[in-house]
Amino acid sequence: MTLSPLGDSALVIALGSGLDPSALPRGRALAAALAHDPIAGVVDVVPAFATVTVFYDIAHIGTYAQLCAELETRAQRADAALLSVATRTVEIPVCYGGDFGPDLAEVAARTALTVAEVVALHYGADYLVHAIGFAPGFAYLGGLPEKIHTPRRSTPRTSVPAGSVGIGGAQTGVYPRVTPGGWNLIGRTPLKLFDPANTPPALLGAADRVKFRAITAEEFAAWK
Amino acid sequence: MEIKIHRAGLLTTVQDLGRTGHRAAGVPLAGAMDPVALRIANLLVGNAENAAALELTLLGPELEFSAATLVAIAGGDFGALPLWQPVRVRAGGRIKFGAARTGCRACLAVAGGLEVAPVLGSRSTDLRATLGGWDGRALRDGDTLRAPDLVRESIGHWHIDERVLPAYSRAPTVRVVRGAQAGEFGDEIFASAFKVTPQSDRMGVRLAGPVLGRAGAGDLVSSTVVPGTVQVPPDGQPIVLMADAQTIGGYPKIAHVITVDLPLVAQLRPGDTLRFRPVMLAEAHELALARERALAILHEGLVQKFR
Repeated sequence: MTLSPLGDSALVIALGSGLDPSALPRGRALAAALAHDPIAGVVDVVPAFATVTVFYDIAHIGTYAQLCAELETRAQRADAALLSVATRTVEIPVCYGGDFGPDLAEVAARTALTVAEVVALHYGADYLVHAIGFAPGFAYLGGLPEKIHTPRRSTPRTSVPAGSVGIGGAQTGVYPRVTPGGWNLIGRTPLKLFDPANTPPALLGAADRVKFRAITAEEFAAWK
Repeated sequence: MEIKIHRAGLLTTVQDLGRTGHRAAGVPLAGAMDPVALRIANLLVGNAENAAALELTLLGPELEFSAATLVAIAGGDFGALPLWQPVRVRAGGRIKFGAARTGCRACLAVAGGLEVAPVLGSRSTDLRATLGGWDGRALRDGDTLRAPDLVRESIGHWHIDERVLPAYSRAPTVRVVRGAQAGEFGDEIFASAFKVTPQSDRMGVRLAGPVLGRAGAGDLVSSTVVPGTVQVPPDGQPIVLMADAQTIGGYPKIAHVITVDLPLVAQLRPGDTLRFRPVMLAEAHELALARERALAILHEGLVQKFR
């Protein structure tokens, strides 16, 4: 575990390197522990990839060295309590193809698979949320099968509907809201990935596991 | 009372000190680009520092107030009102701001604060996420904002101690602490001035200057960023991330502008220049604490100045 400053108002606790998946539940446990028993002056805690970033208000933390020492103690304690932290799996229903997935045929052509094979590979895989970022509620998902890795579109769309499920290179993800985007769209979910009225506002959190499930257009339309 | 927006100006938004506590859900900070201007403007009309105010950008709005109130503008000079002092506005009074004469942005505080619904604990407008403030967007001609009906007046003649104000300049030297990839870039960033480009916005101030070459090759895993982070994309032209920056970025981080100097960056407009100077983290913290003490003294001094 290493602590390093991120400017003069945040610090990064590295619990592993790169995309080390074993660091994710440790980061989540530390973030949960800090939410449960806050440290004075800590204003935000962000588990992401193999790190936890802690934002602080320098006027309310005592000294920076004290904050670092306290965080190291907390991180070790959270590690020791890790076995009691349950993993969460979130199922995301997706209506693949048709108007919702205008690029599905293109992905099949580029990967030399049938449309049905692309869809089965996509919902058959287990995904891990490495971080939420880029936009509110957007999950960086790991676990897309290599067979359906597909380069981004050469011309991004100016407007991608909310809930669109896309593939961009080695990544897959769900657009939480209408944005421009360059990923290949293969389907759409009726779930809201981000809603400021909810607590927490994002459907997914770092370290969550995700499974996609294929639904029909009728099921999509009937979704409440 | 109502504040009618006759002309919205170039980019006029409702801002407070930002949306803290939801970065784990990917929610950016947003809030005033120049938080010191916002805090002082609010203190000057007897508000809490975090009250919602208008942020003006380069070309100000034309406003009409339905009732008498107290306002204060801080940051850049947009004409119409004197900077850094409370000004009484009569019922039916109009204020027509012009183009910025100094700086890029200003905060206009109104006694009682602007009344918009908080979203995730903040009244600030996040333009990119279309969240908060006035319907998640910049104000348009014809919008009508609300503020509390309250009669508040400042007593006597006084002016604030200008030593608390940021040292705004069109060519500032901005202090930075090291970023995670500073070692891959060398000291080129400290050798020259950089020019602010017109592509700058509330997400980031984009700079043009000598190409900053990176020794370390290869892609980085994305990681958290914060307002003030200086990123270097592959073209070698640094970007200072600002209030609306996303919470996670993928470019190497060469440095971070220290908290007390962020207002200097916020007030730069296209064509202005800046230089970077390295400081140690402990110095950045001391400067931030000194700024907080000065603002606390200002706050205490102003409390007795209103009735």
